[in-house]
This record gives sequence, structure tokens and C-alpha cells, in this order.
Amino acid sequence: MPVLARRIEAAGIPTVTVTMMPATAEQLLTPRVVGVEFPFGHPFGQPGDRAVQRTVLTTALRTLAGASRPGTRVDIDLEWPQPRGEAYKAWQPSEPSPIVAMLLGGRG
Amino acid sequence: MLVDSYRFLPRSFVPMYADAQPIDGEDEPVWAEFVPRLADSRIALLTSAGLFLNGEQPSFDGERERNEPTWGDPTHRVVPSDVTTAALGMMHLHVNNEDVLADHNIALPSEILAELASAGVVAGTTAHHVSVMGYQQAGLDVWRNETAPAIAARLRDDGADGVVLAPV
Repeated sequence: MPVLARRIEAAGIPTVTVTMMPATAEQLLTPRVVGVEFPFGHPFGQPGDRAVQRTVLTTALRTLAGASRPGTRVDIDLEWPQPRGEAYKAWQPSEPSPIVAMLLGGRG
Repeated sequence: MLVDSYRFLPRSFVPMYADAQPIDGEDEPVWAEFVPRLADSRIALLTSAGLFLNGEQPSFDGERERNEPTWGDPTHRVVPSDVTTAALGMMHLHVNNEDVLADHNIALPSEILAELASAGVVAGTTAHHVSVMGYQQAGLDVWRNETAPAIAARLRDDGADGVVLAPV
């Protein structure tokens, strides 16, 4: 995704990237980054949680419009409501992705 | 507060990301200035959730990925900005799809953006939003050289002043 953001930005369209891995996005020189400490698959929060979805999108829009230089990063101070272990299990696919299956034992 | 980028990542994956380095040709900052007031701007969304219009557009190619685990489908889908959750399918083998299929706004917050447009926070949404399937290794060159320019052209045609990307 950093590559897509950078290519779109280079084509003249400003971007902001909402991500669960803001450190990685920064390392890969993503122009504007908004970090959320949410499980994968949930960059804007939980299903039906309009308040959090609005908070994240509004922060992204303010960062898109207000950032003054490449590498700008804003982290959102929101805690995921589930315990970590529960959320960690919940975001995973029901069967390992093909690459993970391959790495785990040549089952890919 | 700084977000812990690895809080929900399997521990064995952390070394792969902790020292991530830009790939060749992507090692200089890029910048496009956001010119209008936010309230005067038209905004697009781009998700990597692998969403497509169920029954109208082809799914992303999960079968080939199952056969070639380092390959991810590098194509993209364009969906109308008033799309409903019920109209969407999802093909992404790396996350549980259940929550996105229950409420697509957690990955592609099109209804939230429309509400913000009604409230005057932004002037409007583009007529379309864009979906890709975010797992890219062997397909990354196609993403860079074909998919990204095609998406940028679509965003320009739709009059986007800016785009919010959200990897899943």
C-alpha cells in the first residue's frame, strides 16, 4: 500500500494512509500516515461503530489537508475494546493464507 | 501516544517488518500539496480489502494465489460511492472477512464520508471509490507500473482533490 500511495501522490493527487502499522508506513516513506492500534482488517474500527469510524476518517481528512511535509504521522489515541488475545484470534482467517501455509510446512 | 505497530501481528512476523526498507525507486519522499480548503474538496477512498461488486465484477483471483502463494492479484475494482454492504463481495485470504462483510465502512468508510459531506466537512465524495487486494509480492511491479497509474487516472477523472487509503 505504501507503493500505491506514493505513486498516486507522485501523479499529483495528495494521499493519506490509515494503517495499523504506521511505523512500517513511515519506513517506506508514505507521504501522510494516520496510525490506529486496531487488529488487521479493521482500519476504521468495529462494524456498526459509527463514532469510531467517524473519528478515524475525520482525523485522516484533517491530516490530508493539514500536513505540511512528507512523513507526517498522526496516531489516534483509541484502545481496541476487546482483550488483545481475543482480537488477535478474531482477525485471522479461518485457514492460514497460502504464503503462511507454505512457510509453516510446504502445504501451500 | 504512539501506536504499537506490532500489537496484533504474529510475533514471528515482526522481524520482517521492523527493519522495512524502501524498494529501489521508492527511496525518496514524494509530495503533492493539498490545495483547497477541506470544506471545498472532493475526496475518494481506496481500500485494500479486495472488495468487488458481487455478481457484477469478477472476484480477485484467490485460486491463483492458492497455487502461487507469493502472487497476489494486482488488479483493481471501481465501485460507486453509494455502494451498500449487501452489494459487496470480498476476496482476501490474509484476514477474516466476516467483519468487513458485516459493515464495509470498517475498511471503505463510504457512508461515513457521505455523512461528512452532508455535514459540510468536505464538499463531496467522488462518484467512485477504488478497491485493490492488498497482498502483493510477485505482483508488486504490476501494482506500481499499471494499477497505480490506472487508479490515479480514474481519481483525476473523478475530480478527486485527495484520497484516503486504508490497507487492511
